[in-house]
Amino acid sequence: MSNKTPISSVNDFVVRFANVNGSGSASANELFARSVLRMGVPVSPRNIFPSNIQGLPTWYEVRITEAGHLGARGGVDLMVAMNPQTWDKDLAMIEPGGYLFYDSTKPMPSSKFRPDITVIGVPLTAICNREYTDPRQRQLFKNIMYVGALSALLDMDVKAIEQLISEQFKGKEKLFDANKNALHLGRDWALLNLECPIGLRVQRADKVGDRIFMEGNSAAALGAVYGGATVCAWYPITPSSSLADAFTSYCRRLRVDPETKKMNVAIVQGEDELASMGIVVGAAWNGARAFTATSGPGVSLMTEFLGLAYFAEIPAVLFNVQRAGPSTGMPTRTQQCDVISCAYASHGDTKHVLLFPEDPREAFEFGALSFDLADRLQTPIFVMLDLDIGMNHRLCRPLTWDDSRKYDRGKVMTAEMLDAGKEFGRYLDVDGDGIPYRTYPGTHPTKGAYFTRGTSRDRYARYTEEGAPYADNMQRLLRKFETAKDLVPRPLIANSDKPTRYGVIYYGSTAPAMDEANQALKTAGKNLDLLRVRAFPFHHTVEDFIADHDFVFVVEQNRDAQLRSLIVNECGIDPARLVPILHYDGTPITARFIAKSIGERLDALKVTPLRKVVS
Amino acid sequence: MTYIAKPKFHHPSLPKNALGYTHRDYEGKVSTLCAGCGHDSITASVIEACYELAIEPHRVAKISGIGCSSKTTDYFLNASHGFNSVHGRMPSVLTGANLANRDLIYLGVSGDGDSASIGFGQFAHSMRRGVNMTYIVENNGVYGLTKGQFSATADRGSKSKRGLTNNDNAIDMVAMALQLGATYVARAFSGDKTQLVPLIKGAIEHQGAAFIDVISPCVAFNNHAGSTKSFDYVREHNEAVNRLDFISGRAPIHVDYDPGTTQVVEQHDGSRLVLKKVSADYDANDRLGAMNFLGHHASKGQIVTGLIYVDSEPEDLHTHFNTVDKPLNALSEKELCPGSATLEKINAALR
Ligand SMILES: Cc1ncc(C[n+]2csc(CCOP(=O)(O)OP(=O)(O)O)c2C)c(N)n1
Ligand code: SF4
Ligand SMILES: [Mg+2]
Repeated sequence: MSNKTPISSVNDFVVRFANVNGSGSASANELFARSVLRMGVPVSPRNIFPSNIQGLPTWYEVRITEAGHLGARGGVDLMVAMNPQTWDKDLAMIEPGGYLFYDSTKPMPSSKFRPDITVIGVPLTAICNREYTDPRQRQLFKNIMYVGALSALLDMDVKAIEQLISEQFKGKEKLFDANKNALHLGRDWALLNLECPIGLRVQRADKVGDRIFMEGNSAAALGAVYGGATVCAWYPITPSSSLADAFTSYCRRLRVDPETKKMNVAIVQGEDELASMGIVVGAAWNGARAFTATSGPGVSLMTEFLGLAYFAEIPAVLFNVQRAGPSTGMPTRTQQCDVISCAYASHGDTKHVLLFPEDPREAFEFGALSFDLADRLQTPIFVMLDLDIGMNHRLCRPLTWDDSRKYDRGKVMTAEMLDAGKEFGRYLDVDGDGIPYRTYPGTHPTKGAYFTRGTSRDRYARYTEEGAPYADNMQRLLRKFETAKDLVPRPLIANSDKPTRYGVIYYGSTAPAMDEANQALKTAGKNLDLLRVRAFPFHHTVEDFIADHDFVFVVEQNRDAQLRSLIVNECGIDPARLVPILHYDGTPITARFIAKSIGERLDALKVTPLRKVVS
Repeated sequence: MTYIAKPKFHHPSLPKNALGYTHRDYEGKVSTLCAGCGHDSITASVIEACYELAIEPHRVAKISGIGCSSKTTDYFLNASHGFNSVHGRMPSVLTGANLANRDLIYLGVSGDGDSASIGFGQFAHSMRRGVNMTYIVENNGVYGLTKGQFSATADRGSKSKRGLTNNDNAIDMVAMALQLGATYVARAFSGDKTQLVPLIKGAIEHQGAAFIDVISPCVAFNNHAGSTKSFDYVREHNEAVNRLDFISGRAPIHVDYDPGTTQVVEQHDGSRLVLKKVSADYDANDRLGAMNFLGHHASKGQIVTGLIYVDSEPEDLHTHFNTVDKPLNALSEKELCPGSATLEKINAALR
């Protein structure tokens, strides 16, 4: 038994499953997470997986958090060690006083355990071999069995689990019975042979509400469906492939013409990212809403086209599900490392609009919005997800859609407008917002045709190599970028209830960890004002926020403080005023890390809490 | 170079086609290419073909890559939208454009550098996908715009203007297109308008991936002795398998030739191509036979021209994707947005 008091916690602990990739554990682990959710207790699960298909270690971590902290916490309270290969590392991860769950079929020497943890052995393989003959079944049901055993150990409501299994195997009674049976094999063995429950318990609560549990990539894909995308071209790359996959399956359900059964969409798996972006550019030039989904290396290949799209003013949407680079870097690990490369993607003077969703709900909203923005601004729009949001289920507010919402197709001159004598110059800034009118090919027999090129041209799209029209056009593109500042999602500010001289800027998947860290810092008497950047170009409130504080921490998940550089560069801020807080080892940033890093820096600055000014 | 306007004056007596358009309506800007460039002859043939087919000019989308050849889309069909995209990537841009609106006619113009080197992959994939288009490669064996480097279609042993010998094997774009599944494959010589115009017309009428390799001498960098893409060389080595003498719509056609010397190819939409055979036993419906024939003649140094292969029942990308008949760019919220009630159901399934 543990020489340290076993951890005792209700609805606030971390379970980590250590598995072998390809062993079918993923669905059992997800079943576990969903069961906790069904008991009204928020969970935040994360996949930690290698870049291979079978045989290598893979982990699934479930943070059970009645308080609703959805960021990664760090540390493990209960390790479900199903992979002998990673045993030592897994064991070392357990918090003192934590628990180890393992398959005790083969006896382990006591040297293989730690004295400060509670060890729970269940002879899973032995039970399986007794019950099943088919090797595949043995493997699959072993996974369900450990969920059953955990349900007993953690005092979970077995009915919630059974309910989920029955939903999963609706109409397939045999499969339902077999899975339910395996669940009870594990559960009953634990109830009979072990002391249940342990110090960690899941207790029914009412903290989930109407929230949904969804992956960011699926949500972004659904946003593309709602946003009216009709052409998708993509090339497989982790962690973005599941976005195109989700789009494909949503379209099979939602984009079939009810009468003809034909598709209201075209999805092309391109031969590479160059072709994918080319297809998007061609489709968007021709008036369709088109997008691609990719990750850093794919963006690199697309950059020539991105420069063309910027200069020729073609709407395009690019979902970048970021992963750790450079090059192939850590292809299955998360980072926010393409901020600079996307903001300035391509040659020449180029700037792009970036959106930074914090969770699946915003991935859906920004996903749909990006098509309006692309059409309105006639330029590429990047939706910057990352692996942490994209490939993990995240609890978030339900998705909503206003049925009165109309697509903003931007400034498109129609045959009627041309016939009415409206002047058309493809690059003519008629409204002073830097945004010209365009026509779709095929609009009118004699008016409105123009020639699109990446080469310089005048306001009427006529080829020219003269300096003045070139500069005039480049200036107009800047005006357009200015216009974008008021169209993109505004930053969100959360001021401390006590006055403070310190602020924090953060974005994207850092949000839940930041919120949690902020609570911890506040409890420690360290007050901070928070600003979450949701888009580039930056709204002027970003500059104002920085001006209002002595120091602003910029928290991000990359080595080079990329958002900070972008702020310094674009807003002309003295770099000394922006303190980088950087996490970039490929794991998602945690509240512990942020609170510690900011806390230490504030201590070094010797913060004495300001006395509230009488107002 | 600056924009040069062409006089807009239309002579009242200019002949008109079936739609009432004159030749002028199919012209473009004044060419800025070198005088005598083969590409300008192709431009003239494109204009002629569109005029004769009585296409509405604005219903054509002209898409190209980068190169002297790719510039030519600006020199015909002023009333249609053009897109001079990036080097080697015309096929993807055209594919996307085609997906957005299946109702327009897509004309892709490229060079041998554009399609056989940097864009070889995109060329290949657009062929195998069966994009409904007319894909013209204006093939001069060199990079004209960057001043005369060998391209990948330059024959092995041919000499550059500066006296260098090309030691690399040549890519035969026609052989590639056949292998990759193009459903209309032709080769012509830019200097032979009577051969080229009907081939372009046939390609435009063809409802699948149509590819035409047009040998088009570069007078600035590849028209000297020792070149295998010069006017003289091509005239001497041209081996026409057939002459596409006329193509017609659904109207009854009257064929004057002896039965053994013509081949009538009926297309799916009811239109017909009438081929006058030069090589008596050549069958333009036989893909494998065409590949053999090409290989055989290439080994003798002959350049096979004519309509080399046509599939009378082509399929295109939209058929494969089963897309709706209405252009995708014309769909509205009604067809595209599933609405809030559906979203509620999706939410419910995610709890
Ligand atoms: C990415 C890129 N690389 C290189 C170039 C330079 N470039 C312009 S045209 C050209 C070759 C064109 O050759 P081809 O397609 O045969 O056209 P031609 O001029 O012979 O008609 C090259 C290499 C470019 N525009 N873009
Ligand atoms: S360089 Fe060659 S290809 Fe280019 S315009 Fe002159 S002749 Fe034509
Ligand atoms: Mg060339």
